[in-house]
Amino acid sequence: MKITGKVIKYGDNVDTDVIIPARYLNTSDPKELASHCMEDIDKTFVKRVQKGDIMVGGYNFGCGSSREHAPIAIKESGIACVIAKSFARIFYRNSINTGLAIVEYDGDINEGDMVEVNFDTGVIKNLTTGVEGTFPPFPEFLKNIIGKGGLLPSMKNN
Amino acid sequence: MAMTMSQKILASHAGKDKVVAGELIMADLDLVLGNDVTSPVAIKEFEKAGCNCVFNKDKIALVMDHFTPNKDIKAAEQTKIVREFANAKDITHYYDVGEMGVEHALLPEKGLVVAGDLVIGADSHTCTYGALGAFSTGVGSTDMAVGMAYGKAWFKVPSAIKFNLTGKLQKWVSGKDVILHIIGKIGVDGALYKSMEFTGDGVKNLTIDDRFTICNMAIEAGAKNGIFPVDEITLEYIKNHSTKKPVIFVADKDAVYDEVYNIDLSKIEPTVAFPHLPSNTRTFDKIGEIKIDQVVIGSCTNGRYSDFEAAAKILKGKKVAKGVRVLIIPATQKIFLDMATNGLTKIFVDAGCAVSTPTCGPCLGGHMGILAKGERSLATTNRNFVGRMGHPESEVYLCSPEVAAASAITGKITSPVGL
Ligand code: SF4
Repeated sequence: MKITGKVIKYGDNVDTDVIIPARYLNTSDPKELASHCMEDIDKTFVKRVQKGDIMVGGYNFGCGSSREHAPIAIKESGIACVIAKSFARIFYRNSINTGLAIVEYDGDINEGDMVEVNFDTGVIKNLTTGVEGTFPPFPEFLKNIIGKGGLLPSMKNN
Repeated sequence: MAMTMSQKILASHAGKDKVVAGELIMADLDLVLGNDVTSPVAIKEFEKAGCNCVFNKDKIALVMDHFTPNKDIKAAEQTKIVREFANAKDITHYYDVGEMGVEHALLPEKGLVVAGDLVIGADSHTCTYGALGAFSTGVGSTDMAVGMAYGKAWFKVPSAIKFNLTGKLQKWVSGKDVILHIIGKIGVDGALYKSMEFTGDGVKNLTIDDRFTICNMAIEAGAKNGIFPVDEITLEYIKNHSTKKPVIFVADKDAVYDEVYNIDLSKIEPTVAFPHLPSNTRTFDKIGEIKIDQVVIGSCTNGRYSDFEAAAKILKGKKVAKGVRVLIIPATQKIFLDMATNGLTKIFVDAGCAVSTPTCGPCLGGHMGILAKGERSLATTNRNFVGRMGHPESEVYLCSPEVAAASAITGKITSPVGL
């Protein structure tokens, strides 16, 4: 699988309270969650995000609560993939379990860059700056979960 | 290869003699937890996948604590989904208004977790039960759905950081100061993906409540779990609360740790985390005058009886500062009742505090104490991210119940030392 998208960039420690503030957790409707995505640090996000965009973060992306509402809100908003220098662990497993593509990569990417991510080869190309880099592929165990369409279907097949 | 305490618990639940850091395993669970926010999503997944039966109706705990008593119509719809599911599946440990409490205070109190257990919860502070010598960690709703259906979860076996504790805490210093001190030192991702294993001579000087508070905030350092060795204090607590049999795991003497920190408990001072990260800590020599609008004493971090006892000692016969709202939120019904029986509630009400039924409430900016733009709250909770307690331009400062009570009287962030 290969995707190409425009970058929307944030800093380090993007926490789940800013991805989707707790005051909206009284619903689990993906559309409604997506309509408040990132609003406490970026009111413009929901207006400017386009289907297929790539979200980029720094270290410890998704820290904080275990709310699966966070990857759900990001995915539903149209984001095709999140690239960060590192991910908080519950966010990492929630993304795998719910099928939000995530990539650990610490190369420089700027707001507005066009970036190509190849999940099969593990290569990232920044089409704007020309910089290329690699990211570690998922281990077989997790590939199996993702390949079966998430954790529940993969358990069922076993 | 030698194993850490956390690795031993994981190995035993995966039916293996040995596991190594980084290995991916499937393990059997002793308990699966969810709340009113995460369970509806898990139930939806559970049903979407065509699952009919839960793996064990006695090994699932559903606790309605975040927006309850229901704060609005939407919250009411969410708890209704869980209530109906619990009824249909005949879930033994379903806790609703009237008998519920904040989940991480409630489960140990009800004796649902003991030493040696492997627990997942669709709530990040599930790491709290490490205080009892269990491996417990927060997961998402899909993990919870799979846990409810199959009694299993996947884990990447973590490496560990060792915290070697020595000495004894000074007066007015408690578990919250210890963990804030540690997070200030290692940062919010200082233990990312890892176990925080506490050990050393100083452990025996920490009460079980101190240990709950410390493990509760392991996630605030990015950790997968926090864990204490099992000693007489642990076993005494378990004996008084549970009929389940504890299993004691001990880290191998030659277990390998990524890092070792030596922490002298006697050197730790009252500590406050400034906005907007729990690692942004300061001691009182660097705090200055910070006026506050609200004080919250409660949550899964510091809403236990001993926390209110410490606060009541300071507030007895005093009045809270004019213009400061003080919320006292016992974490369980039992704590609520013990407070009333032993005169704590009267001390708080006489001082001008509001005392509430158990709820997460303001801790996550849900209800019961939301902040307006520009307001500041001092809280014994565990997170001070942007907008955590209300308006995105409000501020949350984290502290112990001792600091919270002292500050309630003065109206600004105040050390309890010498009060
Ligand atoms: S008290 Fe706060 S941190 Fe604890 S479970 Fe409730 S919302 Fe989460």
